[in-house]
Amino acid sequence: MIEKKKSGYWLSHLGLCLGVLFIFFPVWLAFVGSTVTQDDILQPPYPVLPGPHFFENYSKALFHGGPEGYDTGQISVLKMLINSTIMALGITIGKIIISLLSAFAFVYFRFPGRKTFFWIIFLTLMLPIEVRIVPTYQVAANLGLLNSYTGLIFPLIASATATFLFRQFFLTIPSEMVEAARIDGATPMQFFKDILIPISKTNIAALFVILFVYGFNQYLWPLLITTTPDMQTIVMGIKFMIPTGDDYGHWPTIFSTAMLAMLPPVLIVIGMQKFFVKGLLESDK
Amino acid sequence: MKNNVIFKGWWLPLLLVAPQLIISAIFFFYPSGQAIWNSLFLPDPFGLKTEYVGLDNFTFLLSDSYYRASFLTTAIFSISVSVFSMGLGLYLAVLADRLIKGAGVYQTLLIWPYAVAPAIAGILWMFMFNGRIGLISWYLGLLGYDWNHALNSGEAMSLVVVASTWGRVSYNFLFFLAGLQAIPKSIIEAAAIDGANFWKRFRSIIFPLLSPISFFLLVVNIVYSFFETFGVIDIITAGGPEQSTTTLVYKIYADGFIGQDLGSSAAQSVILLVLVGLLTVFQFKYIERKVHY
Repeated sequence: MIEKKKSGYWLSHLGLCLGVLFIFFPVWLAFVGSTVTQDDILQPPYPVLPGPHFFENYSKALFHGGPEGYDTGQISVLKMLINSTIMALGITIGKIIISLLSAFAFVYFRFPGRKTFFWIIFLTLMLPIEVRIVPTYQVAANLGLLNSYTGLIFPLIASATATFLFRQFFLTIPSEMVEAARIDGATPMQFFKDILIPISKTNIAALFVILFVYGFNQYLWPLLITTTPDMQTIVMGIKFMIPTGDDYGHWPTIFSTAMLAMLPPVLIVIGMQKFFVKGLLESDK
Repeated sequence: MKNNVIFKGWWLPLLLVAPQLIISAIFFFYPSGQAIWNSLFLPDPFGLKTEYVGLDNFTFLLSDSYYRASFLTTAIFSISVSVFSMGLGLYLAVLADRLIKGAGVYQTLLIWPYAVAPAIAGILWMFMFNGRIGLISWYLGLLGYDWNHALNSGEAMSLVVVASTWGRVSYNFLFFLAGLQAIPKSIIEAAAIDGANFWKRFRSIIFPLLSPISFFLLVVNIVYSFFETFGVIDIITAGGPEQSTTTLVYKIYADGFIGQDLGSSAAQSVILLVLVGLLTVFQFKYIERKVHY
């Protein structure tokens, strides 16, 4: 603060609080919706304070996919959460492993085709899966990957962001370190395992947060590749709970599911905030 | 790549890059090539054989008024989302940067929507404006305004823009805050001693210093609005009413999977591929220049 004017200081707080209000408002309403009954929601005005049905709504959603007598053709939300977590962890860990390996090869070796391979991988930076969605779906279908975790995970690993991040980080490691390891008689893989991985810890953690959020929140790809309910992920499974036409849908269940869908990635971002900020600021540059 | 000490051998590094190359080949290069190939063919109505039609899919697309309209839709949508989320992000970052204490608390309170899936953000906003029972649409109804984004294309567009902006503010806030905190306080203090008030300092010092990061964010946000907002649009409007919220990416999906028009969908993929390629080259050119400075 350069001017020590009180008014400017309080105005800053006021402006920020308004921003926080805008950010929290929709989620607050969803939380309220997850604690009241269907009738409370269907009879306007919409409630703005939570009701007493928190445990009832969440347990029915989590274990039965909705209240009794309300057939959604859905699996339990718990199963969706498990599917989402497997997909997110698969994408995250898979991408980190293949990126660490290829970045290690690009930085510490000279081998035939190195430049070519580098540019080939570089090209994958540019195009998200949405652009080539139809042919990628055909490939997955031909390989028999529909309704499988492999099909949910692998097509989303094919991108080079993490490879570039690790490559850039490896280039900043002083060459004395490699030299010292070599004099001590370390093989390349020992150097990778005992030196490179430990000093990359912060970067790995930062990427973990970014990739977990990316993987958990996938929508279009799981929507296409899962045709049986038991493979649905929570972010796309919720689409089938939303009523179409004159149908009403069961809103307390939808809101409970929406809250549960936000919880894991939000907790990771807040719990690992330091790594998240680092990962975000670095991975997009 | 400079004086890094290098290990010997060629089969080990090839083995190390193999997983990434194989996955890229199967799920990136083959499908991308397939998109280019398919864009030159037209399947017959029974799906039994396909006929080579050259660039017909492209010429047909460019004469299709719905496709041309989806360019405009995409432009309006992505520019609105970028401008609103950057404006709000910058505003909040400037306020947080002015605080001596508490900036960290606000950062925690503001960044978590980054972790909310666009599809879920779509559900939250869709319900607030849900005709008969949504909180905001109900109060608007009391005021005599009949909100219906299922019929009114302007309302549909506003709603998908607001829902996407909501999820994107945190990203821009973080980048602007980092940019502001990187500006040396001594420069700003010097200007203050010379008598420049806050707005004057913002206009003549802070904003010019933030312009590289703003430009970077503009490109990133536009690319984000192209692709990552699919969930918002699918949940809130499904591209309607009358295709008024059908962006280029949504149209690829709608024509390819719902309309089963593979040739046209592939041609659209190729056009989008070129478009995003150009945007990326543009961005890299710019980053290169920034590195030189």
